[in-house]
Amino acid sequence: MGTIFHLDIVSAEESIYSGAAEFLVAPAQMGEVGIYPQHTPMLTRVKSGMVRIKAPLKDEELVYVSGGLLEVQPDIVTILADTAVRSADLDEAKAIEAKAAAEDAIKNRESEVDYARAQAELIEATAQLSAIRKLKKRGH
Amino acid sequence: MAGSREVRTKIKSVKNTQKITRAMEMVAASKMRKAQDRMKKARPYGEKIRNVAAHMSRANTEYRHPFLIERDTVKRIGIIVVTSDKGLCGGLNTNVLRKTLGQMKAWESAEEQLEVCCIGNKGLGFMNRVKANVISHVVGLGDTPDMEKLIGAVKVVLDGYTEDRFDRVYIFYNRFINTMKQEPVMEQLLPLTDERVQSTEAEEQEQKRTGWDYIYEPEAKPVIDDIMVRYVEALIYQALTENMASEQSARMVAMKAASDNAGSVIDELTLIYNKSRQAAITKELSEIVGGAAAV
Repeated sequence: MGTIFHLDIVSAEESIYSGAAEFLVAPAQMGEVGIYPQHTPMLTRVKSGMVRIKAPLKDEELVYVSGGLLEVQPDIVTILADTAVRSADLDEAKAIEAKAAAEDAIKNRESEVDYARAQAELIEATAQLSAIRKLKKRGH
Repeated sequence: MAGSREVRTKIKSVKNTQKITRAMEMVAASKMRKAQDRMKKARPYGEKIRNVAAHMSRANTEYRHPFLIERDTVKRIGIIVVTSDKGLCGGLNTNVLRKTLGQMKAWESAEEQLEVCCIGNKGLGFMNRVKANVISHVVGLGDTPDMEKLIGAVKVVLDGYTEDRFDRVYIFYNRFINTMKQEPVMEQLLPLTDERVQSTEAEEQEQKRTGWDYIYEPEAKPVIDDIMVRYVEALIYQALTENMASEQSARMVAMKAASDNAGSVIDELTLIYNKSRQAAITKELSEIVGGAAAV
C-alpha cells in the first residue's frame, strides 16, 4: 500500500503536471472530489476550476484546468484537461458555424464558376463580333 | 558589352532570390524545431486517452459507443484531409492530395458517396477545384495548431458519423518520419480500429484477473461519449501537429535546395560574364593593335 500515487495532468497541447502526489482535490461534475492513494477506479468529468495537489515534501500546489476528464486508478491518476472551454451548446454553435462557412464557400464557388462562364461567353461574343466586322469590310 | 550587362543584371536578380530562399530556409528551420516540440508534447495526451479508451472498450459491456461499432455496409465515406495553409514546401501537399484523389476515385467508382472536411488552405482550394463535396473546413491555423479552431469542423464530421450520414471516416495527412522524409498516409478514423483500442498484454492480463471497471460519475454513457469524442479529436490533432512538423521540414529542405540551385546558377552566369568580358577586352586590344599597324 503506497502512500503516494502518480499524477499526470495532460492537455492535447502539452503536459501540465507529472509527478508523485499524496492527495488531490479536483472539481468533478458532481462536486469536489478528494483523492488519496488506493482509490477505487473512477472516471468522471471535471469542471473548469482549480486542482489542488499535495506533493510529498512540498506545499500544496494549485493548477487551473478548463474542464476535462478525471481518471482514477489505485496508483495512477490522470486528468485529461481540455484546452478550450467546452460545453455541448458551445460545440454545437461551432459546428453550425463551420457548416455555414462550408456552405458559403460552395456558394462562392458557384459564383466563381458563373464568372468563368460569363467570361468564356464574353470572349466568344467578341470573337463573333470581330469575325462579323471582318466579313463586312470585305463587303459581303 | 551589351551581353555582359544583361548577364550582370541576371546575376543580381538570382542573388536576390537566393537571399530570400536562404532567409525562408532559416525561418523554416527554427519553426520546424518548435513544430516538432509541439508534436512531442501532444503525444502524452494521446497515449493516456488511448489507454482509457482501450480499457473502457473492454470493461464496459452495457454501453458500446457508436465509434466502436463496425458497420456492415459502407456506402458513405467521410474524408478529412490535412494540408498546410501555405505553399513553397516542396511536394508535401501535392503528395497527400494525390493520394487522396486516387483513393477518392477508387471509392467513387465503387459508388461510394464522399464528403470532405478540409483542414488547411491548400486542401480546401484543391477540393473546391475538383468539385468535391466539402462539408466543413478550417483554414488559417497559423504556426500553433489550436484545438479550439478544430472543434467545429470536426464535430460536423463526427455528428455525420453518429447520425448515420457516414459509415466510415478516413483521415489523410503527412506523417513525420524525419526531417528529410515525410510520408502521406491514409488512416481509418471511424469506427476506431482494433489497434487503436488495444491494450497492452500486461493490461489485458490484469483485466482478466481483476475484471474491474470504473465508477462512472454521473453515468457511464455521457462520460464514455465525452472520452470517445476527445479521443478522436486528439487523433486528428495529432495528425495536424505531425503535418505541421512535416510542413516546416519540407519547406526547409525545399528552400535549401532552391538556395543551392541559385548558387550553381550564379556560378554558371559568372563564368559566362567573365568569358564575355575577356572576349570584349581581347577584341578591343586587337582593334587597337590593328589600328596602330595601319598607321
